[in-house]
Amino acid sequence: MKFIAHIDVMPQKEILDPQGKAVKLGLGNLGISEVLDVRIGKHITLSIEATSEDEANNKVDVACKKLLANLIMETYTFTLEKI
Amino acid sequence: MKFGVVVFPGSNCDEDMVFVLQNELGLETVKLWHKSHDLEGCDFIVLPGGFSYGDYLRSGAIARFSPIMNEVINHANKGGYVLGVCNGFQILAESGLVPGALLRNDHQKFNCKNIYITPASTSSIISKGLNKNQALQIPIAHAEGRYFTDEDTLKSLNDNDQVIFRYCDKNGSITPEANPNGSLENIAGVSNRNKNVFGMMPHPERAASSILGNQDGKVIFESFLSLV
Repeated sequence: MKFIAHIDVMPQKEILDPQGKAVKLGLGNLGISEVLDVRIGKHITLSIEATSEDEANNKVDVACKKLLANLIMETYTFTLEKI
Repeated sequence: MKFGVVVFPGSNCDEDMVFVLQNELGLETVKLWHKSHDLEGCDFIVLPGGFSYGDYLRSGAIARFSPIMNEVINHANKGGYVLGVCNGFQILAESGLVPGALLRNDHQKFNCKNIYITPASTSSIISKGLNKNQALQIPIAHAEGRYFTDEDTLKSLNDNDQVIFRYCDKNGSITPEANPNGSLENIAGVSNRNKNVFGMMPHPERAASSILGNQDGKVIFESFLSLV
């Protein structure tokens, strides 16, 4: 079975995101001053082969915990899509 | 004592580090390729600065899984000395060999300038021989140097005397203005709990030759060497 994992990695809520702040400033300059907050993270897609959805789920979870996200500063969520 | 400087794809301070260890300090030094599984009998491993793997994903995140890092982690766990400078510090943090993480500088800019640091730990061999009231002028060059950790870890760092250097002004005062990147409590470098692994953002190897007009970095190496 093949799956695509759609992974979102975001800076933790309590951590200052200077990139998001700079983009919020840019949005204000663009005239969209109603924007209250911007947080910038990463979206990662990966395709993976596994014998079951559970196995794919576990492998992606390990990938996120050990490499794709740094849990000291980031959080992650993902969904699996069967292809 | 034999020194090994690890070369990752994208390391760019490896030559400077080797030059200082070999030519300025007269130490036996070898380069270690990141794909190697052999530390070649080195007693002290240095992870140099640079942009390993292009800083892709996060600074240091991919280098942490280079083959040689298994040996470096074993060496550290057996009590062997490891020093990470700049990108090397980021790799140590990603490896979990030192606590915390290095985030994007609070002002979003790449910082390349001389700053001052003051030795903080009185028990870490890398800083304990230095004069505590001393301000050492050392260059920094990074975009991701904002030291961060959760409150509990920060408390244990302080309780265990694991902060090795803090950013300060030229008089040695640790002030918010002297903090170049938004690091928690002006932290410029930390050690692991056993105090054999050291990570620091400033580059002592860039201030260790008389021809450069600043040898404050050399003082750090010499102080360490006088104690081992």
